[in-house]
Amino acid sequence: MTGLDLLLAGIGLVAVGAGWAVVATNQVVRAGLWLVVCLGALAAEYLLLTAELVAWTQVLIYLGAVVVLLLFAVMLTRAPIGPSPDLDRKVGPASVVGVGVGLSLGTLFAVAYGWTKYALPAQHGNAETVGGPIFTSWVLPFEVVSILLLSALVGAVVVSRGAK
Amino acid sequence: MKPLAQDPTLNDFGHDPWWIVLIKVVVVFAFLVVMTLFAIWYERRVVARMQVRPGPNRNGPFGLLQSLADGLKLAFKEDIMPKLADKAVFFIAPVISTVCAFTAFSIMPFGPVVSLFGHKTPLQLTDIPVAVLLVLACSGLGIYGVVLGGWASGSTYPLLGGLRSSAQMISYEVAMGLSIVAVFMTSGTMSTSGIVAAQAGSDTHWGPITAPSWYAILLLPSFVIYFVSAIGETNRAPFDLPEAESELVGGFHTEYSSLKFALFFLAEYINMVTVSALCTTLFLGGWRAPWPISLWAGANSGWWPMLWFTIKILLLLFVFVWLRGTLPRLRYDQFMRFGWKVLIPANLIWIVALSGIKTLQKSDWDGTKRTMVVVGVVILLLIVALVWPSKKEPEKLTVADQIAARPDGSFPLPPLDLVVPVNPRAKRITASREEPVTVGAPDDSTGPKEA
Amino acid sequence: MSLSPYVPIVGLFALAALFALFSVAIAPFVGPRRYNRAKLDAYECGIEPTPQPIGGGRFPVKFYLTAMLFIVFDIEIIFLYPWAVSFNQLGVFGFIEMILFIGTVFVAYAYVWRRGGLDWD
Repeated sequence: MTGLDLLLAGIGLVAVGAGWAVVATNQVVRAGLWLVVCLGALAAEYLLLTAELVAWTQVLIYLGAVVVLLLFAVMLTRAPIGPSPDLDRKVGPASVVGVGVGLSLGTLFAVAYGWTKYALPAQHGNAETVGGPIFTSWVLPFEVVSILLLSALVGAVVVSRGAK
Repeated sequence: MKPLAQDPTLNDFGHDPWWIVLIKVVVVFAFLVVMTLFAIWYERRVVARMQVRPGPNRNGPFGLLQSLADGLKLAFKEDIMPKLADKAVFFIAPVISTVCAFTAFSIMPFGPVVSLFGHKTPLQLTDIPVAVLLVLACSGLGIYGVVLGGWASGSTYPLLGGLRSSAQMISYEVAMGLSIVAVFMTSGTMSTSGIVAAQAGSDTHWGPITAPSWYAILLLPSFVIYFVSAIGETNRAPFDLPEAESELVGGFHTEYSSLKFALFFLAEYINMVTVSALCTTLFLGGWRAPWPISLWAGANSGWWPMLWFTIKILLLLFVFVWLRGTLPRLRYDQFMRFGWKVLIPANLIWIVALSGIKTLQKSDWDGTKRTMVVVGVVILLLIVALVWPSKKEPEKLTVADQIAARPDGSFPLPPLDLVVPVNPRAKRITASREEPVTVGAPDDSTGPKEA
Repeated sequence: MSLSPYVPIVGLFALAALFALFSVAIAPFVGPRRYNRAKLDAYECGIEPTPQPIGGGRFPVKFYLTAMLFIVFDIEIIFLYPWAVSFNQLGVFGFIEMILFIGTVFVAYAYVWRRGGLDWD
């Protein structure tokens, strides 16, 4: 265990804890805030694993845009200050499902990789090394992303303006 | 001081001993606080000069201590916690704003490699391969301070103000992000020290005058779009809609007082300094001295670049103040239209055009092929122009029709008898036009008909 | 890549966070405290504050659409950055694929424009 491993594990715990808080809180805007912490912790994990560009992309897209959209959507409909009683549910079935999925994914990883250690590549996650393959070997997925964006925008307009 | 005209590269960062890191962190922090205090004074003095009044001139020489006094005064004001506020979020919102504002400055290059207590170290806190993304990410996270501060106040004005400012900030963040693409394309790097180095040298000489090889000249459209969107991003006049007093009182920080308000204020001014510093780094050659100064051999080495860098920031801040003193505030719909319908498409077209030009320059095609490509692009543009959505003219209703179209049970109309007098100059120019213009319901007979 | 260039960033972040938290924490103790019921009410220019509707207010759906547009363009930008950095290595092929990408998003943009999604009225 090096210091970096400890840091990785610690931030992982933060991510899990924040994820728990997202579903456990009964105040809807605070749930959004815990989501920010959770996704931010994930970005820190990417950074520790030397995926620099991915980490900052995570911050820019998920923290800077997606959660802002969520907050907007919450405020469009309901964003009361204080607890909302209808967010208090019985936690039994949900926690069984959640813990079950978490455990099975964890087992999957443990079985698949065991405790093999992989050295982190030195030049791994900067813009050139990530961008190069995207724009040479993975062109098709990249272009499909644009179609996805197109349909997302069309959908957003239809939902918000109503079909004429 | 021996000249050390050495450009830092990415490999020069991350080797400082801990005490140099500590010194640099404290210096950057102090620089930002001092710049904020100075910028507030500077803005008030400059805008006062533009409005033919002296401005703050009592506290300290030239009133320089005015903003310090204001800041201290804020600390001794009552810290009000509104009854309906979400307490924890109300506390955390100004902290988010401030921390994001400070952190964004950590990759700004102040100068070349210098010798500090016998250690060779770049005059820059740190640099990473994706440095500019860090600034964008910090300004993106700063939105949370605004939207949460507005929401947590538990009051209507801040909530509306917070939503409006965040919608404004995300809109102009897109334009800002797009305007930087051209810089990355030309410099081939996202690290700030690399971008400064890429702008050095290869000056154009026009007789005795040397034009600097800054991206502000080479990539002029990007520079203009960046600066305009930076004004929108920092909520400055003429885009200061979040604090449109007549509509929203103070915007998202209406309910904030004391040091919490001071933190929002600090964050706003630090953001101004940050976008100016980023503008300097990306477009104005960073810490390098411009032509007449660069004739002096020592201008770009040692500690002098810090001075050039600060002067460039102050000049940009002057432009901020100048715009505030000159332009009236835009209406929200005009502002959003400008961002989404002018800045963003112009930006995209410019990126495509620039990449087209660069690809043509690199390719080893002969003249006819190049001509064919250019003709093809022109035809493509014509097709786009042909299928471009035409603007539907909204049908214009007269005032009488609008009144008739109101549903039953609408609020009663106040008497629409406003008479706008013809202004004296128009009167002089068109002497024949005697009758004053009447605005209001045409069949209204109660209003005065004479000016 | 080593993480050491991030240490100063964390340092500045920590210093700023300390400063901000300290300011927020001492604010109630430094200033005076004079209770006044009206002062703690929501500020509405001196009138009785409008009670917030149960379950929060309703906002124009425009804000949602703006955030959605923002996400789409943010993703486009995040793809443009690595492309721009390695533009010189990619050559004509990179140019054409980015034209296709920008073109597709531009079609979406034109559609939103035409449907009035960019108007605030």
